[in-house]
Amino acid sequence: MHVSTPEIDIRIPTILRPYTGGEKSVQAAGATLSAVIDDLERRFPGMAERLLEDGKLRRFVNVYLNDEDVRFIGSLDAVISAGDNITILPAVAGGS
Amino acid sequence: MRFDSLEDSLGHTPLIGLPKLSPAPNVRLWIKMEDRNPTGSIKDRAALWMINAAERDGLLKPGATILEPTSGNTGISLAMIAKQRGYKMICVMPENTSPERSQLLRMWGAEIIYSEAAGGSNEAVRHAKEISAAHPEWVMLYQYGNAANALAHYESTGPEILEDLPTITHFVAGLGTTGTLMGTGRYLRERVPHVEIIAAEPRYGEVVYGLRNIDGGFIPELYDESVITRRFSVGSHDSVRRVRDLLDQEGIFAGLSTGAILHAALGIAREVVKRGESADIAFILCDAGWKYLSTGIYEGSLDDAEERLEGQLWA
Repeated sequence: MHVSTPEIDIRIPTILRPYTGGEKSVQAAGATLSAVIDDLERRFPGMAERLLEDGKLRRFVNVYLNDEDVRFIGSLDAVISAGDNITILPAVAGGS
Repeated sequence: MRFDSLEDSLGHTPLIGLPKLSPAPNVRLWIKMEDRNPTGSIKDRAALWMINAAERDGLLKPGATILEPTSGNTGISLAMIAKQRGYKMICVMPENTSPERSQLLRMWGAEIIYSEAAGGSNEAVRHAKEISAAHPEWVMLYQYGNAANALAHYESTGPEILEDLPTITHFVAGLGTTGTLMGTGRYLRERVPHVEIIAAEPRYGEVVYGLRNIDGGFIPELYDESVITRRFSVGSHDSVRRVRDLLDQEGIFAGLSTGAILHAALGIAREVVKRGESADIAFILCDAGWKYLSTGIYEGSLDDAEERLEGQLWA
């Protein structure tokens, strides 16, 4: 049986917008981050390959669930709930 | 308190309680006032440790030239010490930084090479590495990968905090070179069971993330994910809001990166209250607000402030 999960907002960085037709913010659904990325791939083919490598998040890709880095809350297994938001950003050097 | 020189007065900064911003009598926030360092920022610690290590290792010899990619504070700290010790200082700094940073660098005798705004500090690092390759006789201390940067905090910031707050449960700091979090985090984790080490990372405007490809990203060589327990991304809107809270409620005048750190600290504090637990949460005031006055973010609406900071390397 297919259990429907809520669509959530995902902010896309400039560098990945060629895959979303230029959209800054898109929607996708899934119970976990992994499932959300699968759904993103269905809607925007090519996206998953830019986010994942060997079944893990790419080294220079940071994904934030409600502003928290997912690597500290389960990574691809992070649980997604209604009303959550996801931000994808490339890793860049901070203030120094 | 008496010291033999300015350098000797570095560190031993006050840890100040925040009675109004703390959400409960048993969930307390403490701010470590790193603006009380010789050039007014936490970077004085890393700069002193890196220069001392380079002198010990024979890398820095009298009359040497130091080259460093910086968004401001580290360059300012290095410039002050370099001038005292007779080194020439050249900074590679992104052009989208506040004018005060350039003025302060020149004031302490540093030369500035500007890097492109797009790509932010990534671009400064890339450009500095190019210059370094062309000038092997210059010494690049390279704060992003220099172990002495993290060691400064392992040997000074960490011990100072634990001495002042033996009941510490959480430590929150900004994530730039990662030196503060790595050094202080390691020190605390070795001594305080279950202590949480929390990173607050500034989220800039889009221009700063304007990389040509995703593999052009950057993670400081010092960064070790296993030292921290949680990591938050904080935008300019929340950072400005918290800087103003700190002013209004506690009378403390801080720079913008401190706003991002306070935002993360308050989020953690709220969670602790919800769970009905106690906590002593220490966090870093990186610098005071003086260097950011020209951005105009201390007055007017939050939306205006956010707009003024768009595209700026504000932390």
